[in-house]
Amino acid sequence: MSFAIATSLADAIALMAEGARPVAGGSDLVVGARHGKAPLPDAIVAIDRLDELAEITVEGPTLRIGALVTHATLMAHPLIGNDYSGVADASALVGSPSTRNVGTIGGNVMNASPAMDTGAPLLVLGATVELTSIRGIREISLDALWTGPGRTSALHDELCTALILPTPSARSGSAYVRLEYRRAMEIAVVGAAAMVHLDADGTIASVAVALTAVAPTIIMVDAVHALAGLAGPAAGIAIAEVASKQAAPISDVRASDNYRRHCVGVMARRALEAAVRRASGESIAIPVNRALGIGAAR
Amino acid sequence: MNVPLKVSVDLTVNGVDYPVTIDQGRNLVSVIRGEIGLTGTKEGCDDCECGACMVLLDGRPVNSCSYLAVQAQGRLITTVEGVMDGDDLHPLQRNLLESGGVQCGFCTPGMIMSATALLARNPHPTEEEIRIGLSGNLCRCTGYAKIVAAVQATAAGS
Repeated sequence: MSFAIATSLADAIALMAEGARPVAGGSDLVVGARHGKAPLPDAIVAIDRLDELAEITVEGPTLRIGALVTHATLMAHPLIGNDYSGVADASALVGSPSTRNVGTIGGNVMNASPAMDTGAPLLVLGATVELTSIRGIREISLDALWTGPGRTSALHDELCTALILPTPSARSGSAYVRLEYRRAMEIAVVGAAAMVHLDADGTIASVAVALTAVAPTIIMVDAVHALAGLAGPAAGIAIAEVASKQAAPISDVRASDNYRRHCVGVMARRALEAAVRRASGESIAIPVNRALGIGAAR
Repeated sequence: MNVPLKVSVDLTVNGVDYPVTIDQGRNLVSVIRGEIGLTGTKEGCDDCECGACMVLLDGRPVNSCSYLAVQAQGRLITTVEGVMDGDDLHPLQRNLLESGGVQCGFCTPGMIMSATALLARNPHPTEEEIRIGLSGNLCRCTGYAKIVAAVQATAAGS
């Protein structure tokens, strides 16, 4: 058994090559261990002091979000709020102030929960994940990363070091909403993110919609190109129908499969409506759930 | 089977260094209570839900049930024992008592840690900001109104 605090990225990936598992905030790892989901790893390397992984930087036509950027930072960061609003919406809904202080975007993505809030907005925004090991760096799509609940295609010695997002074009906007039973310490019953790009006349030029907690992973809704050329209520009705049809939810303590299937359509419509409003230049406060009264009342 | 690894670390709690030798998998709340002996911090759900175990780590509220104690070395830990000024209660503690914001008292230390962190960052929060600041702390007695009132009174300087 071993525990080390990495002082450099090279340190961290060298220890991972020897079998150590990384811990950042620990909120998934420690709670999961006590629930018997997975025992604490024998060899642990703490990566929380690698400041180079805690930065948000514009790099040419992309935005780089370091894996250690916390939900608390994301929800309040002006660039994320303006140009990647869906990620800010989702980050603001995670847990409570204390969980948002320790919870990181890298941990959230690598935990690969199908109910994770930041997953759907990252997917519609076209994010890729950067994985670093002693063998080098590779960048893969989130689709290729998530293989099932709690499972990823990352190799055992690969550390998630960043999420890379393309710069959204003009007249575009994104939003994430979720169905919830309470306003804090909640896990999405279902959720949806939308990213739209509008033509000059306000009709939809392109759109991407992803769904939360209705399949083994976050899923992208297929065939949304049928929405191109639509505007207003017609697009909302169409996306609700398509989203419900493509959802494959389970029944559990939080909702039945039928209820989830219906509600994810409602969430998809509301995410699309909010994304269209933002793409039109309207400012909707972060998170959309609170600004528009979606989800749990106080 | 592996024997749990014992790690020797110094933890700085309320400005005092405590050398402890602990299993690497122990959570911070159990070390603060069981090794250091500061029992003001409570263990509630042990699941990152209730906020009874809230401490400040470098000034930010963190659920100490879900944080590895060994990871806290080199950071400044503040518990409810650290908010008093000598024998004088912190104004928020006084206001909680006076407003009836304390009933069974189990959630109170965690509430105090979340609220003092909020007030340090935002000295004049709105009611909504207070409720969001305390949203990771459950109270099953008071209905929250009197706790929110105590934070408001503290912000107003009384």
